[in-house]
Amino acid sequence: MADAAIHGHEHEDQRGFFTRWFMSTNHKDIGLLYLIFSALAGLISVTFTVFMRLELMEPGVQYMCLEGFRLFGAGAGECTPNGHLWNVLITYHGVLMMFFVVIPALFGGFGNYFMPLQIGAPDMAFPRMNNLSFWLYVAGTSLGVASMLTPGGNDQLGSGVGWVLYPPLSVNEGGMSMDLAIFAVHVSGASSILGAINMITTFLNMRAPGMTLFKVPLFAWSIFVTSWLILLSLPVLAGAITMLLMDRNFGFTFFDPAGGGDPILYQHILWFFGHPEVYIVILPGFGLVSHVIATFSRKPIFGYLPMVWALIAIGVLGFVVWAHHMYTVGMSLNQQAYFMLATMVIAVPTGVKIFSWIATMWGGSVEFKAPMLFAFGFLILFTIGGVTGIVLSQAGVDRAYHDTYYVVAHFHYTMSMGAAFTIFAGMYFYFGKMTGRQYSEPLAKLHFWMFFIGVNLTFFPQHFLGRQGMPRRYIDYPEAFAYWNKISSYGALLSFASFLLFFGIVIYALLKGRRVTENNYWNEYADTLEWTLPSPPPEHTFEQLPKREDWDKGHAH
Amino acid sequence: MAHAKNHDYHILSPSIWPLFGAVGGFVMLFGAVLWMHDVTPFMFLIGLAMVLYTMYAWWSEVVAESRVGDHTPVVRIGLRYGFMLFIMSEVMFFFAWFWSFFKHAIYPMNEYFGTEYVKPEIFPVDPFHLPLINTVVLLLSGCAVTWAHHALVHDNDRKALVQGLAISIVLGVAFTGLQAYEYAHLLHSGWEFGGDEFYSNFFMATGFHGAHVIIGTIFLTVCLIRAMKGDFTPEKHVGFEAAAWYWHFVDVVWLFLFFAVYIWGTAGL
Repeated sequence: MADAAIHGHEHEDQRGFFTRWFMSTNHKDIGLLYLIFSALAGLISVTFTVFMRLELMEPGVQYMCLEGFRLFGAGAGECTPNGHLWNVLITYHGVLMMFFVVIPALFGGFGNYFMPLQIGAPDMAFPRMNNLSFWLYVAGTSLGVASMLTPGGNDQLGSGVGWVLYPPLSVNEGGMSMDLAIFAVHVSGASSILGAINMITTFLNMRAPGMTLFKVPLFAWSIFVTSWLILLSLPVLAGAITMLLMDRNFGFTFFDPAGGGDPILYQHILWFFGHPEVYIVILPGFGLVSHVIATFSRKPIFGYLPMVWALIAIGVLGFVVWAHHMYTVGMSLNQQAYFMLATMVIAVPTGVKIFSWIATMWGGSVEFKAPMLFAFGFLILFTIGGVTGIVLSQAGVDRAYHDTYYVVAHFHYTMSMGAAFTIFAGMYFYFGKMTGRQYSEPLAKLHFWMFFIGVNLTFFPQHFLGRQGMPRRYIDYPEAFAYWNKISSYGALLSFASFLLFFGIVIYALLKGRRVTENNYWNEYADTLEWTLPSPPPEHTFEQLPKREDWDKGHAH
Repeated sequence: MAHAKNHDYHILSPSIWPLFGAVGGFVMLFGAVLWMHDVTPFMFLIGLAMVLYTMYAWWSEVVAESRVGDHTPVVRIGLRYGFMLFIMSEVMFFFAWFWSFFKHAIYPMNEYFGTEYVKPEIFPVDPFHLPLINTVVLLLSGCAVTWAHHALVHDNDRKALVQGLAISIVLGVAFTGLQAYEYAHLLHSGWEFGGDEFYSNFFMATGFHGAHVIIGTIFLTVCLIRAMKGDFTPEKHVGFEAAAWYWHFVDVVWLFLFFAVYIWGTAGL
């Protein structure tokens, strides 16, 4: 990506490699760094899942043995199941995906690159602090990976406590590993909070002349709302994990009932962060998809104002529904009734968004280029995930589904397929803009179909497994669950192949891709400010602030 | 900057501090883990030095940029937004500690059905003794900052500005000293650092507040030095304004701590 981007404006860029990529104060370069780094973290995390699905392909334990893990399993001698290794893999898969892949890609990557461009700002409000956000993210990822490789529980490497880090498990887990993981989350939190401060200030203070709040493009709005969620929820998590750290190392008893503490308190504080977190993950994707769908339907987005208010409503409601993750901890019926109703209310603004996207396509001339395919896939899959969410939101029904594969299927439909599909939609939509080269459309379509079929094959059967009562987070299962597990594992292999294909597509496009010469290589419905700039944009954009006619298109809103 | 910019926003040249500071942060936290596991304190200290040096160098650059006029009115608005948002995130950090405190105060574990937990005997602290004095000291310090601010904004009275800042710093240091004395006194009277939820909540909530008082005092001291060197005008004093906001935020957190942790929390002891 680096080389291609440099080619675009070699005549004016005199910065050396180190200065440009390690000392950057440029939101576009920092955005690219975020995207590259989150792709690498994603590759690590996805590799874990493939290994886990391999293990779950057949009943019994074939690969994760105490005698050492194997890649080409059965037959090679005794195999004592290594539950710790399994627990470590699910933990770091979750931690990496939640903190180090999706937020950095959508919020850090696309947010940094395109939010300032869409509002016509020359850069972020605090360009130097922006780079601090990025390097803290790298430091956090390094701490996370270090945590995996240092002595932890059960006299093995890493911590196997689940990404939510519930006590007492996380307090009792031995070794340094857990402490490093806690600091990794602290640092990534600091990185995101600084990023959020930067985004909010940029949004409020640096919009192009005449661009009032309700004329701002939807992606910029989604980043703004996401920033508020980050700003107000992540510090609470920082408090909770600091309590964990004190309990672990200094004999405090926040979560230890023997000293008057309460482990359920941790769950409350964690999910007070954790529920806004899932909207932090998906909202920027909502923004991206709005632009993709409008562009490839050749129609302005349907219902701009309700779309903005729906974003805001989802953000606000996200803070008052946290305990629906904890129906089975013994809350009173009144509490459960409240959290159930509040949770269901979120379906209303989400429905406003889904139906507005559909209405945007209605009567439009829809063109299924790769970004639109991914946006369309997102629409279908996120709706399935949303509908199973309504099922799970009912406290009574959740008694049966809690901690089964039904839940796993639900949140992977919203995140692994919702958020990931928006990331790919954004990548293909903006690839030419960011690199000056175009991806190969047939290969991208192949990527979409492999990925779409792969993830559905992986996760749809997990609904059935959940309904049969298969609990999540186990290395092994009885024969009765074998059929759908096998199909699910085939799906995982197919998705992994599609992910590798994606890297191939990117590398091929960077080396051999057709050069992009136009500013706007889609059509006139891609009408936000980034499409008025060359591809890739020069080092400094909008040195002359954009004029109103550059962005205020009559048909836009 | 190759091209002339035609706007008032601040475009910065590349800087090594973000990378250096993040590396420092990594070294510091990895070192903290090593220290907590009794390996070595040195890695932590090296990282801490790197982080502190980054702060010093970075903010010195910010002050220098302010002096050469990079901070136009619109940039100053941005800096204010940024600092207010930072304070909001700090408020949410304390939200977690208060949550823990209120949970334990309202639903103590010894009242749970089937519990074996018995509240330990805790030496009672009188909130209307030293804690009340501390409250007054901190509030007076906040008054002094406001006095300095008004002196600057309304009369450009540099002498009163410096005096007000100096008084607020002295009172801030006095607060930290009194708090340290109280800690020593309580620990001497049988309190423990950890060991029961009461101690956990008390020491972490007041301890984080104390850390913020120390940071705020340093912030005010930097402002005092800058004021004596002639920085800050009635129109342009973002650094001072930020320090004052921060100080008031610390005040308000203390008021909540005083009413909750001291008056309510120690009433049942």
